[in-house]
Amino acid sequence: MYTNLTPARAMLRLLGRHRGLWLLAALATVATVFLGYLTPILLSETIDCILSGHPSTLPAWLLDALRSLGATRAWVTEHLWFLAAALIAISVLNGAFSYIRGRCTALASENIAKDLRETLYSHLQRLPFAWHVKAETGDLIQRCTSDVDTLRRFLAAQVLEIVNALLMVAVALTVMLQRSARLTLYSLILVPALFFFAMWFFRKVRKHFRISDEAEAKMSAVLQENLSGVRVVRAFGQQRREEEKFETVSEDFRGKTLHLTNLLSVYWGGGDFLSMLQSAITLLVCVVLAVRGEITVGTLVLFTSYVSQLLWPIRQLGRTLSDSGKSLVAMERIQDILNAPVEPEEPDALKPDLSGDIVFDHVTFAYPDDGVPVLQDVSFTIPAGKTAAVLGATGSGKSTLVYLLQRLYEPTEGRITIGGVDLRRIDRSWLRSHVGLIMQEPFLYSRTIRENVGIVLRQPEEERIRRAADIASASGFIARADKGYDTVIGERGVTLSGGQKQRIAIARTLLKDNQILIFDDSLSAVDTETDAHIRAALRREAGHLTTLIISHRVTTLSQADLILVLEKGRITDQGTHAELAARPGLYQRINSIQTGLEEEFHRQEPGEVNA
Amino acid sequence: MQAVQEEDYTRRLDFGLWQKMLRLAKPFHRNLWIIVVTMLLSAGIDVALPMLNSYAIDHFIAGGTTEGLGWFSALYIGLVLVQVFFIVLFIRESGFVETGMCHHIRHLGFRKLQELPFSYFDRMPVGYLMSRLTSDTQRLGDTIGWSLVDLCWGAGFLVLCSAQMLILNWRVALVVMLVLPPLAVISWHFQKGILESYRQVRKRNSQLTSAFNEGINGAKATKTLVREELNTEEFREIAEGMRDASVRAATLSALFLPIVVSLGSLATAWVLWQGSGEVLAAQAAGVGMTVGVLQVFINYTVQFFQPVREIARIFAELQSSQAAAERVLTLLDTQPDIVDTPEVIERYGDSFHPKKENWPPIHGDIRFEDVSFRYKDGEQVLSHFNLHVRAGETVALVGETGAGKSTIVNLVCRFYEPTEGRVLIDGVDYRQRSQYWLQSNLGYVLQTPHLFSGTIADNIRYGRPEAADEEVREAARLVGAEPFILLMKDGYDTEVGEGGSRLSTGQKQLISFARAMLVNPAIFVLDEATSSVDTETEQLIQQAIQTTLHGRTSFIIAHRLSTIRTADRILLIQDGRIAEEGTHAELIAKQGAYWRLYTNQFQDEQGRKIVGAS
Repeated sequence: MYTNLTPARAMLRLLGRHRGLWLLAALATVATVFLGYLTPILLSETIDCILSGHPSTLPAWLLDALRSLGATRAWVTEHLWFLAAALIAISVLNGAFSYIRGRCTALASENIAKDLRETLYSHLQRLPFAWHVKAETGDLIQRCTSDVDTLRRFLAAQVLEIVNALLMVAVALTVMLQRSARLTLYSLILVPALFFFAMWFFRKVRKHFRISDEAEAKMSAVLQENLSGVRVVRAFGQQRREEEKFETVSEDFRGKTLHLTNLLSVYWGGGDFLSMLQSAITLLVCVVLAVRGEITVGTLVLFTSYVSQLLWPIRQLGRTLSDSGKSLVAMERIQDILNAPVEPEEPDALKPDLSGDIVFDHVTFAYPDDGVPVLQDVSFTIPAGKTAAVLGATGSGKSTLVYLLQRLYEPTEGRITIGGVDLRRIDRSWLRSHVGLIMQEPFLYSRTIRENVGIVLRQPEEERIRRAADIASASGFIARADKGYDTVIGERGVTLSGGQKQRIAIARTLLKDNQILIFDDSLSAVDTETDAHIRAALRREAGHLTTLIISHRVTTLSQADLILVLEKGRITDQGTHAELAARPGLYQRINSIQTGLEEEFHRQEPGEVNA
Repeated sequence: MQAVQEEDYTRRLDFGLWQKMLRLAKPFHRNLWIIVVTMLLSAGIDVALPMLNSYAIDHFIAGGTTEGLGWFSALYIGLVLVQVFFIVLFIRESGFVETGMCHHIRHLGFRKLQELPFSYFDRMPVGYLMSRLTSDTQRLGDTIGWSLVDLCWGAGFLVLCSAQMLILNWRVALVVMLVLPPLAVISWHFQKGILESYRQVRKRNSQLTSAFNEGINGAKATKTLVREELNTEEFREIAEGMRDASVRAATLSALFLPIVVSLGSLATAWVLWQGSGEVLAAQAAGVGMTVGVLQVFINYTVQFFQPVREIARIFAELQSSQAAAERVLTLLDTQPDIVDTPEVIERYGDSFHPKKENWPPIHGDIRFEDVSFRYKDGEQVLSHFNLHVRAGETVALVGETGAGKSTIVNLVCRFYEPTEGRVLIDGVDYRQRSQYWLQSNLGYVLQTPHLFSGTIADNIRYGRPEAADEEVREAARLVGAEPFILLMKDGYDTEVGEGGSRLSTGQKQLISFARAMLVNPAIFVLDEATSSVDTETEQLIQQAIQTTLHGRTSFIIAHRLSTIRTADRILLIQDGRIAEEGTHAELIAKQGAYWRLYTNQFQDEQGRKIVGAS
């Protein structure tokens, strides 16, 4: 939606999404500016025209209108409440418009932010696996949160603030120039200085904001290290030194923040000085001109009011403009994400039955960034409904093999078929929905155990969740957790061990509509007995599914219908337990551990104990 | 672990709490007084300046003279300069109080955290404690530093302005003041509502952040589970919640100001009406209200309601930062449940001021006498546990997670104390010695080794900062860490990164052994890692363990068979009891639980080794 545009244009496009609201907000802003200037005019007219008997300076059409309503000068003098009513009316109207402005701006900017967040989120979901493998998560989260927020703030407040300030200057100038050009000049003589001072200051001080933030980050880091290493600190009796260390960074942070505050006191002092001086100049010049009879008291009131109304927006304008560049940078950083291509849609993709044979036909795979093949010329067949086990050394390409089966990556050469259909022609979602893949280090969500197990379904039935947990041998530890299935996992709740996580991951995968099951060393962290237990339960429940298990446990491997030995990206041997156990090679070595154990027990005959 | 509520909220303003806070701010009382005086004077100037306008109109213009205008200008600009001085002064003072208070609270909190026992850290997640000393503290510093500014200015302006108006024309002034009570009530409610609505926004925002966090970190899981659509739907709900909360907060703010201004305009309108009448009457009578007075009156009524808004805001803010204040005070007031008795401190000192000259030497004979231990939440881990470990003996603890192994070790270290029974070290109840004495004689290597940012040498030296370079190298050599250290770019001066993030797990383990070696402890505790490392590192670590244990009383929570096998004694712990006890050979011969555990573990370990090595 916002791809391949310059940041500025992308921002305009964002604004355009809710142009009705923006227009309304802008109109309301115009109204508030005009109404805001009416009160001083009313006061000035009261003083000059009603109280001092000078002729009115209101435009002729307005006077005519008032006269036709019967509100002549004489009548108003008799009915002074009319002035009060006018003042209240102006205030209330002004208030109404400023409410409309606030509400419309909020609606528009919050909707834009919402759209942008949703776009980002769903885009991130659709980006390919390979992109996520390389992604820097901290930076990404920053872009999705604080960059979006920078943009939102710009759109919510700053755009209209700029419009507002410019409009105020324009209107004030028009009214003031009509009264006295010379007085206008004196009344605004310091305004440019005020504007540039604010702009200059915030440009200058930006560095110090960053320095203070960095000092804070450093302090947090020391604190974090101390708290998470509290055992080490105590065990080595280093409380005193830790305190000194923290004291140093805390003091440093304090000093830098204080320095920043002191700088800001210069800004406020300077800005207020210029503002008050401008008010003083205006008053003094007014006095001189009034004494000479060149202006009226009403004009004095008008000018002093206008000047005081103008000064604040001008100061804000300088500040706003000095950091408006930030929002462009934020937009650019957001676009970086949106410009990354997602997994392509494939409208003609097939949704075949996946219970057939799985065939790897001379499959070679290399990661695009380095081109070094991870899998080379891999060929094997897992017959429908059978179980294959993969024995492979670390770095042999085992995990890549299973990723290929979910189309998380595509083979560089060769092809993979399921029931004779090339994987490339099978719809990704369909494939992934029916191929249950359990990773060695599964990602669990910071939710309750129940929600984690039922995560793939919209409304999982309690019974299915419990059943899946039973099969995965997870019910035991779930029952022991403080709140059972309602125990929250992760940062805000309990930390699970690696084996417990793996079991939850198995349970959640079982709730999918699987036709194929893949275990990527996903029982490695449970003990061998539980491992055997889980596999037995799976054989009963899902024994009819075509299954691929990666493992280094001989009991697991030996029970498979087919064992594949993967070394350095190549299949070096395949066959049944009996066949492979008879041939020298990796499998035979694994298999001989059993014998090794017996030998070891022999070495420790009871005689040795007594010795 | 209990779920820890981040932003619990108290409904009533608790002045007692803020008094306590003010007492905590004692070092800054002088600055606070300066702020009070400055703000009152500054409010005075803000009341005086409009009077000068009025004087200008009535004296110079009405009188048709510019005589004395020079003095007038000098006075005006003088007041401006004084006001600017006050502004700079109060910002500096408040900034000083704010940053100083933050620093002060952090200091007290940090020290408290160094004293609190581990049972406290078991209950409180690190993130929770972090925010006590960062965001909560910041919030308190802000409140204490700045609320007084607005409060004093507001009160000062309100009083002086009222007085001035009453003097100028008490009849009109009284009517103007009628608007105050309803305005105060409305402001108070609105400010509270606005703060509450922004609290909701923050809550939604943190939901949003964690949704992004999960969406990004869990993107791979999402793909394999085909959960894109469900995720997006859930996200949409959160994003909409955020939008609605934000719009609500912004709407409330957008509504507040117009209402206040409109109410205020009633007062201004009254002044305009009555004032004009009085001016006209005065013109006829030759005495009474002047145009200048009318102008200043109007000026006052426009500004009069600003302080009411400010004061309402301050009270609302005080109320909402009360929760932060409570949390911080709770932390500062927490009493550690493991403390040395005054007599012990008198004799041996505390961890900040140890009296090492009085410390008895330690041999490492450890005896558990009828020890029972129960966690705070009531879970009984050990009951009537007895164990005697002779000085220099190596004991391996094996058994399932949750069987009580860590508890035993934590009791040895006095990270926990027995709820019943006692632990004797060299025949003396360890509660008769200082914690610091024991912990200074303790070597401790953790399951997941924790390093601190700094260089490798800094980390090895951690327990003995004064150790010479040669000693550091010697320790590293002994545990076999030197070869990999020398291979690194800066050798011993290589930065390890935050938490040691630039090193591998195996490397971190070796360094933590060297760190323990350097302090040459009498008692050594090892909570062995289960995480897999490559075969070569594995062997290095094994050697390191052997070297480190030699000649020390050692407790090992063991996972690796080679470690277990070489222990002098193996304790198989089940449900807080010693189920089997003996040497490796004895226990194997028994063919019981240990034998089963060993057989399974052996196969697994060997399998891993073959797979990892080839």
